[in-house]
Amino acid sequence: MTLVDVFSGGAAPPQSRTETEGARRRRRGAYALLTPSVILVIGVFVVPLALMLWRSFTDPVAGFGNFTWYMGDEVQRRVLLRTFTTGLEVTVICLVLGYPYAYAMVAFGPKVRAMLTLLVLVPFWTSLMVRTFAWVILLQDNGPAHTILSLIGLGDVQLIRTNLGVVIGMSQILLPFMVLPLYAVMAGIDRKLVLASSSLGARPLTSFIRIWAPLTMPGVGAGALMVFISSLGFYVTPALLGSPDNALISQQIYVQVNSLLQWGRGAAMGVVLLLLTFVVLAVLMLALRRASRQEQSS
Amino acid sequence: MIRRSTTFWRALLLAFCAAVAVWLVAPSLIVVPLSFTDRASFNFPPSGWSAQWYTNFFTDPSWLWSLEASLRVGVLVAIVATVCGTAAAVAFSRTRFFGEQGLRALLLAPMIVPVIVVAIGIYAIYLRLNLLGTTLGFVVAHSVLALPFVIVPVLASLQGFDRRLEDAAAICGARRWTTFRTVTLPLVAPGVLSGALFAFATSFDEVILSLFIQSPYLQTLPVRMYSSVTRDTDPTIAAAATVILALTTALTVLASIITIRRSRVH
Repeated sequence: MTLVDVFSGGAAPPQSRTETEGARRRRRGAYALLTPSVILVIGVFVVPLALMLWRSFTDPVAGFGNFTWYMGDEVQRRVLLRTFTTGLEVTVICLVLGYPYAYAMVAFGPKVRAMLTLLVLVPFWTSLMVRTFAWVILLQDNGPAHTILSLIGLGDVQLIRTNLGVVIGMSQILLPFMVLPLYAVMAGIDRKLVLASSSLGARPLTSFIRIWAPLTMPGVGAGALMVFISSLGFYVTPALLGSPDNALISQQIYVQVNSLLQWGRGAAMGVVLLLLTFVVLAVLMLALRRASRQEQSS
Repeated sequence: MIRRSTTFWRALLLAFCAAVAVWLVAPSLIVVPLSFTDRASFNFPPSGWSAQWYTNFFTDPSWLWSLEASLRVGVLVAIVATVCGTAAAVAFSRTRFFGEQGLRALLLAPMIVPVIVVAIGIYAIYLRLNLLGTTLGFVVAHSVLALPFVIVPVLASLQGFDRRLEDAAAICGARRWTTFRTVTLPLVAPGVLSGALFAFATSFDEVILSLFIQSPYLQTLPVRMYSSVTRDTDPTIAAAATVILALTTALTVLASIITIRRSRVH
């Protein structure tokens, strides 16, 4: 109870005299209900992050040493660039496959919709480890994918231990994160707007570009955000489908901390990854907000 | 003319979706036939069939313990995260208070921050507190990751719920806890239940954080699989993957039934 008092006493706005006893009790109850979650998040989320930030500046010696090393290292710069391009490729593939899929979920009858929803939810729930392992089998040298590619005459294509293999696996694993927000937005759009535009003489392509595409933009943004941000922190899939030569940033962090015991450098890379995630998040959120404001004003 | 072209486009769209659906579901299914291979290799398709990898999975203590550890941690995480998360969601939904936005962002942040970044921090702390490879350590760490996946569905079901029912119960003389237990909880139960399922799945799936906080004495199933894949060619992994696949498919079906029921109620 003391912690709740600290919370409400320190944080609550000055209580006006007109405030009822019930309202005050409710607010105090809200803080009490939040206490377990807040303790959990502070203990195993905020403190670890703070510790990592501290270590990035102090381990092994105080200063910016870890960050200057990171900025100056040619290999790390290439890894960072690769992490970004891989994320972009995965996002584009997911959008190209996911947009028509989500559209079909709203365009066809309830039976098709239920079927398509179930088919996107099953992989969503399937263990990441299982799906990555399946891709290891499919993409292995002389594996099924290799055989199929040779049969259609594409010859000897190395898939596992390449960036192409990583992109294939990651885009399959992240596709539901694109489809579900797209579907949520498309389901809320009044489809009569498209009918109206075509009854006013717009060709299908025109009404798609002028009406449907702008209205679905929030879904595209949310889906792209989910896929891209998840891809920045992916570890298991690139570790098993790629190779150390085409590692992504999270693999490098793991190596620094677990194999080289370079805590400071690993922590500094963690800080960089965290900052990049927030920058991407902020930029996309701003773009989305501006887009929705423009839509309202026009 | 126009009608013919639209049927053509609809057929094309359906064909495209069928292809995408195959792309979504089929790759994972490859582990099922592989788990029945007769040789200690990942060659596909297998040259002959046997059930020896299942025998191995269910008799080798290291595999069995990791399955048991995953189930134990998963159930405990589901309990801890559901209790904490439901309480938080109730707090967010019932009244406005100072710092509400900030606290909400704080509690949902574990969903966005890359897990590896949190993982190194937790690893450093657990090293010092001797929590590596302990059930307590796993449950606490997984619960933080699972918390947002409870808060979001519970909050959603609380927002679609008529607050006056609670007032009515209070007017009839029910105490706050009685009101919560007999009025609020039954109405938000589907949200709470899907939150609990999400929490279990989050923990059951988690690899990267678990890789850091594991020890030879406690490995969850995905960690056991991961270290096995990187070490050797052992089709027992495929048997383990099939067991997980069966379990998660059962969970998905359960969750879909809950969702369908919920949409019917409203």
